[in-house]
Amino acid sequence: MNCEEMRRLTHAFLDRELDLVRSMEIETHLESCAGCLLTFQKQQSLKSLVHSSSLYYRAPDSLEHRIRAGLREARDPSAKPEAGAVRTSHPRQTRWSRFPTWSAAAAAFAVMVLTIVFLAPRWFRPSRQNPLAEEVVSSHIRSLMPNHLTDVVSSDQHTVKPWFDGRLDFSPSVIDLAREGFPLAGGRLDYLGGRPVAALVYQRRKHLINVFTWPDSASSGDSGAPVRVAASQGYNVYHWTRLGMVYWAVSDLNTEELSDFVRLLRNAS
Amino acid sequence: MEGIALSEQDKRARFEQAVLPHLDAAHNLARWLIRRREDAEDMVQESYMRAFSSFDGFRGSNGRAWILTIVRNTCYTWLQRGRLSEMSTEFDEETHSPETTANPEALLLGEANRELLAKALEELPLEFREALVLRELEGLSYKEIADVTGTPLGTVMSRLARARSMLERLLVVGTNKELLR
Repeated sequence: MNCEEMRRLTHAFLDRELDLVRSMEIETHLESCAGCLLTFQKQQSLKSLVHSSSLYYRAPDSLEHRIRAGLREARDPSAKPEAGAVRTSHPRQTRWSRFPTWSAAAAAFAVMVLTIVFLAPRWFRPSRQNPLAEEVVSSHIRSLMPNHLTDVVSSDQHTVKPWFDGRLDFSPSVIDLAREGFPLAGGRLDYLGGRPVAALVYQRRKHLINVFTWPDSASSGDSGAPVRVAASQGYNVYHWTRLGMVYWAVSDLNTEELSDFVRLLRNAS
Repeated sequence: MEGIALSEQDKRARFEQAVLPHLDAAHNLARWLIRRREDAEDMVQESYMRAFSSFDGFRGSNGRAWILTIVRNTCYTWLQRGRLSEMSTEFDEETHSPETTANPEALLLGEANRELLAKALEELPLEFREALVLRELEGLSYKEIADVTGTPLGTVMSRLARARSMLERLLVVGTNKELLR
């Protein structure tokens, strides 16, 4: 170990992030190098100063009360607390109004979920016949929530495909359709029909397409051309099976472009 | 209806168990990123509501890292929206280089007090402040910091090194000012 390496590793050593062998090398070096020892001691005392200076900001109790109240309201959007109750749970509503986008999105999401759960089956017979289609739409909507879309962010099929290894008991085919105007945005794990599935996310302009896929336990045949299953809440849903794999595609993209997309995807797999 | 009400209640209970215990950590991070008490509290509440709506998708075991990631992103969005200057604060090496060669030993042993240190930490550029807070105050590992901030491990390491040397320099400057008063 020389002084240059020592400088590079001082902080990792200080933070106990080094393995035993490296740590011992550093200790040996410090015994023989006064310059590095001085630097190290300075860093060490700075660290302990930070630790002993009570810089930690604990959350006030009032914040916990606010959050608990917020959660109770989020749980039951139909509940209409009295005016007084609203005031106590949001004592600083003016500041809250700085986030109209988020509040509106949350409300819209709640409405959508409720609509799908309670009303959709009455409106759309196909959905009722195929509860999986409803699940597909719900998953799609959920994936549009912040930080929810992708677990692995990449437009490269050779990055996305290996990511699923060890996370699923099958290996989904990941197809690059960038040249056709549907670039890959990434992938994530999802849960559909009572089992973990692969979700692949494609993009068309500002529209996102979720493709869910998993092995077909019932048959290993092909279903033929993709079928448009249901248009629920403005989402188009396509379904097909191919080479023993089940596929569901869902998006707010228009029917024409989405059917192009599923055709391309099916022919490529 | 009843089934749904029950599972919602169950969801809230699980959420409160997995995420609410990390409220101090969430608040501490927001407070250091935002640097203003009231806005920081709003960020934390906002983050918890976001976390709750996304909780169905949370399958990990590290509730703390998860909520810290959400708090961090919420704070960054807020900072970006309202105060672009914050995002691009450059650490001015000129202003912050000590005029006299104060003895760092003396400084670190005695004269620096809590206020001085807090002020120095607040003056650090955002990403360096964030790295130090997560490491020294939250005790997160490099890996966890990398996950929370979405930065490569190597960057976490170099940020911490730079953050500490900046902090030291700010402390020396701060102490000098105190002494000149």
